[in-house]
Amino acid sequence: MNKKGPLYAFFLSLVLLLPGCSSLAVLNPKGPAARTLSDTIILSILVMLGVLAVVYILFVFVLVKYRAKKSNEGYIPPHEEGNKWLEAIWIIIPIIIVAFLSVVTVKTTSEVENVAAEYKDQKPLVIYASSSNWKWHFSYPEEGIETVNYVNIPVHRAVEFRMYSFGTITSLWIPQLAGQKYAMSDMLTTLHLSADTEGSYIGKNANFSGKGFAHMEFEALVMSSNGYDEWVKEVKETAEPLTEDAFKELLAIEHIGRKTYSSTHLTFSPPPMDHSEMDGEEINHENMHHDNGSKEHQENEHIHPSPEPSSDTEFNGEPEPELDQPLPSSPVEEHTHNSSN
Amino acid sequence: MDLERFKVHGEPLIYGAMISIALATIGIIVGLTYFKKWGYLWREWLTTVDHKRIGVMYILAALLMLFRGGIDAMMMRLQTAAPEMKFLDAQHYNEVFTTHGLIMILFMAMPFIIGLMNVIIPLQIGARDVAFPRLNAVSFWLFFFGAMLLNISFVIGGSPDAGWSAYFPLASLEFSPTVGNNYYSLALQISGIGTLITGVNFIVTILKMRAPGMTLMKMPMFTWSVLITNIIIVFAFPVLTVALALMMFDRLFGSQFFTMANGGMDMLWANLFWVWGHPEVYIVILPAFGIYSEIIATFSKKNLYGYTSMVFSMLIISLLSFLVWTHHFYTMGQGVMVNSFFSITTMAIAVPTGVKIFNWLFTLRKGRITFNTPMLYTLAFIPIFTIGGVTGVMLAMASADYQYHNTMFLVAHFHYVLIPGAVFAVIAGFHYWFPKVFGFRLNDRLGRHAFWWIAISFNVTFFPLFFLGLMGMTRRTYTYSAETGYGPLNMLSFAGAIGLSIGFLLLVYNIYWSTRYMPKDKTGDPWDGRTLEWATGSPIPAYNFAVVPNVKTRDAFWSAKQDNIPLFEEKITKIHMPSNTGKPFILGVIFFFFGFSLVFSLWIPAILSGIGILIVMATMSFDRDHGFYIPAEEVIATEKKLRGETV
Amino acid sequence: MKIDASKPLEYATEENSNKIFGFWVFLGAEIPLFATLFTVYFIMVNRYASGPSGREIFEIGPVLIETFLLLSSSFTIGLAIHAMRHGYKKAMMVFMAITLLMGLGFIGIEIDEFFTYIHEGATLQTSGFLSSLFVLLGTHGAHVSFGFLWGVAIMIQLWRQGINPATANKAFIFSLFWHFLDVVWIFIFSFVYLKGLM
Repeated sequence: MNKKGPLYAFFLSLVLLLPGCSSLAVLNPKGPAARTLSDTIILSILVMLGVLAVVYILFVFVLVKYRAKKSNEGYIPPHEEGNKWLEAIWIIIPIIIVAFLSVVTVKTTSEVENVAAEYKDQKPLVIYASSSNWKWHFSYPEEGIETVNYVNIPVHRAVEFRMYSFGTITSLWIPQLAGQKYAMSDMLTTLHLSADTEGSYIGKNANFSGKGFAHMEFEALVMSSNGYDEWVKEVKETAEPLTEDAFKELLAIEHIGRKTYSSTHLTFSPPPMDHSEMDGEEINHENMHHDNGSKEHQENEHIHPSPEPSSDTEFNGEPEPELDQPLPSSPVEEHTHNSSN
Repeated sequence: MDLERFKVHGEPLIYGAMISIALATIGIIVGLTYFKKWGYLWREWLTTVDHKRIGVMYILAALLMLFRGGIDAMMMRLQTAAPEMKFLDAQHYNEVFTTHGLIMILFMAMPFIIGLMNVIIPLQIGARDVAFPRLNAVSFWLFFFGAMLLNISFVIGGSPDAGWSAYFPLASLEFSPTVGNNYYSLALQISGIGTLITGVNFIVTILKMRAPGMTLMKMPMFTWSVLITNIIIVFAFPVLTVALALMMFDRLFGSQFFTMANGGMDMLWANLFWVWGHPEVYIVILPAFGIYSEIIATFSKKNLYGYTSMVFSMLIISLLSFLVWTHHFYTMGQGVMVNSFFSITTMAIAVPTGVKIFNWLFTLRKGRITFNTPMLYTLAFIPIFTIGGVTGVMLAMASADYQYHNTMFLVAHFHYVLIPGAVFAVIAGFHYWFPKVFGFRLNDRLGRHAFWWIAISFNVTFFPLFFLGLMGMTRRTYTYSAETGYGPLNMLSFAGAIGLSIGFLLLVYNIYWSTRYMPKDKTGDPWDGRTLEWATGSPIPAYNFAVVPNVKTRDAFWSAKQDNIPLFEEKITKIHMPSNTGKPFILGVIFFFFGFSLVFSLWIPAILSGIGILIVMATMSFDRDHGFYIPAEEVIATEKKLRGETV
Repeated sequence: MKIDASKPLEYATEENSNKIFGFWVFLGAEIPLFATLFTVYFIMVNRYASGPSGREIFEIGPVLIETFLLLSSSFTIGLAIHAMRHGYKKAMMVFMAITLLMGLGFIGIEIDEFFTYIHEGATLQTSGFLSSLFVLLGTHGAHVSFGFLWGVAIMIQLWRQGINPATANKAFIFSLFWHFLDVVWIFIFSFVYLKGLM
């Protein structure tokens, strides 16, 4: 009754083929963040294969040796309460494995939640990514342009996506460049990524958001630095600006191809309250709207005056320097604020 | 009144389902009338408070739901078998995967496990019934009518379509304007109340009604697993109760709990749901572990290795299960500190789980292993579930999870823990305890045949999904383009799904075939069992044990057989039994109408049903029926018949 | 039914004992229920959007009366159980009636409180804060209301049957429920009203 053995060997060998499979986008990284994650995943696969090997070998051995057969008809199994030393071994070794993986986890999570090490001295390129049913809007405050359902970024440049949603929770995911993160309606989340190879990479929404969810794929095109600058210039020269009315219409359309605009919607439709790097630090309240009416903030108005509510918001037509400043730093972030590039 | 809301439009499939439901209902009514079985149905099943009957009804319902959920699965696999299939459109696919998840977890796995708990626990502890038999019936009927409420959504009004996790704002009225997610909040709420009552019932039963001499550390491992599971139920289900109530308030009464403006917080739903949701999966898996412990010991003819460790490992798992919920949404922007904490607690659960795997392996070692159907499912669990477990550790690492989250990798992981974990266990338990309840065994050849179809097909269906996830395929997508390259592996998965269907059909065919052809078992102990449930007659008399056993060791029945330690030393006296009552059934019916009324915002019927519920509860309070006695002579006669003596 | 005369009547049979233990387990479930509602409230307490905050709508007067009524009713139900232990049916019924009347008073004041808020424009639909306030207070109030009906049912049974193991058991369990609701109220009083008014 042991046809199971070869079966499991077969599946194990499938797993062993993994490192060679570059058709697996997650294991075919094109940027440092994705590479960190890919390495972590492969490391964890190897460790887990070790665990599986121990269990499978014991399993097959025990089944083969102790199966009921004619020859052991009268065999009476002994009464065994247990063994302290064995218990100790199979508690302590897993604890060691878990401790090791925990260290790896903390280290790599911290790595990917910040600007990649090799680009630390850059000022990240800030792009606001927002989702509405069922499309992605990419707003580039520094360049003053906006695209729908595609995003272009320069190679070898730290990019900081600031994400939110006009409705349902969505998740921005470009597997070959970075892990994913949710975009939600009442707060801003941050995703750091960068690419070290030019090319076209698939991006998608990874969090189910209703009927049109399956059609939210977008392209992330990594261009050379010059190519990117030229593209921005071309957009500013040839594309229509995005008016508030056009944007309202755009939000209401369910499925649309690509669009390009020579201004952003951030001017008239600002992102939600920014607490994505909270971790206990003070938030700079100077330029924020508080529609959730927190009492403390209201009382501190005279210390941190917020602009008068009016149609003229803190984001006017010109890209404000504040918008692409790094967000208030938390103990985890370490980037400096030199302007460069 | 807008009758449009009640209708479900669309395809032949849905009209087909409506017609089948109508035909089946008519068929049942006609059949019962023709065979004059209404009285029998009412007296023996609808009004029963006997734990064995209630357990059988739970399991029957679970088997029906297994097929409903399985058809959902086949439809999903068919739709995704090739790029851009046109079998299901997005809306219907969304309803199908939502109901698949809800049904399989809440209306298949839970009732199957609770059904086995019901049948076996009182027998294993040497008791005559659970602590609160009438409440036990209430639990069943609330579960049943909650399940019926969800099932009717398919043909009246539309099924929930926001995923089994129903995240807001998607599940809010703004983005889900149809009644589908109203069904979600009400059907789950009604069933959930039933489960909570079960939790209270079994804790009291196990702690207070064990046979004399059965200390906690002499209990069978299944009983331990059930005790711990019910403690989790008592602490976890109230959180779901609150979450569903807040959802109902948002959708029906315009409150601002999970809304996008006015102070609502959509993330709060995710947190509340998973604070319940994670303990829920341990509620489903711990009794499975208990079942495996029983079967491994029985069919290697050896006592369970490391009994104390096995108990402690389950205690630690249950405690940790409340401390890991955020791993379901590492990507929600909490930051490194929070994610790191939950990564560590999540990975920590692997340690006690590993302890169990090794203790099972060492139980097998030096045993004498027979490979019958229940044992095959149990043995297959070890290598296959371990794949689920180790991929769980992989997912636990927050950074890596940023690439796995909501992909098919995750889908593969949880099917690798749920199916070999919970489903194989209930199938194994079903085959194992079947002869105890029905007095004959299921055919082993057919059983093994079905097993191989299921075990191999399961891997063919789900292993490719790990790769699809790493290729970037997200979950809950109704289609994909050919360029993605997801086609071949999805087709392979679909082939596996067909194999799974064949296996399950064989399993059901086995039940039919065995009922017709298998010989009756007169001994009550077909497997040479170790625990007390095998010390009863076949069929089990209503009172379970004529005399309450005196327990002196673990595996009390085994010791009695091996070492001639007598179990039943008392004299037979009259036995007190609880009376049947129709009130739990009626309560269930009224809850159904209450839930249905709220789903469609029919306020007057809702208020009237609500009053009806209070009235039935009042009649239960005023009920002075304290049961009846079976006279000693009748007990003696029944026992003689069971032993095959002439009376 | 075997009666153990050494125990108080409500514990005297195995079934009675199990029911009391079972109810404690049920209270163990009610704790996470209210804990979750409190958690939601604390998360939402500052999310009053454009509506009023707690400070603006809470009035200490009615709240003090509610507290006095509920806490005193806990005392009177204790007196009722004490009378039950001595077999004084009439005293027990009187104390229970006072308990239930005070409970009714509590509910009356709370309903008035809710209508006042609604009149002021603070409704369930106004903000996250108000939604969570109404549901927390409302859940507690619904429990008290249910308790009132349950108490009446028990009093009717007491009146008809007198004090016997069955009725003693029900009355005792009811008293556990009532005390529990009182404890929850103390948390509400402290962390919702007092803290909100500070």
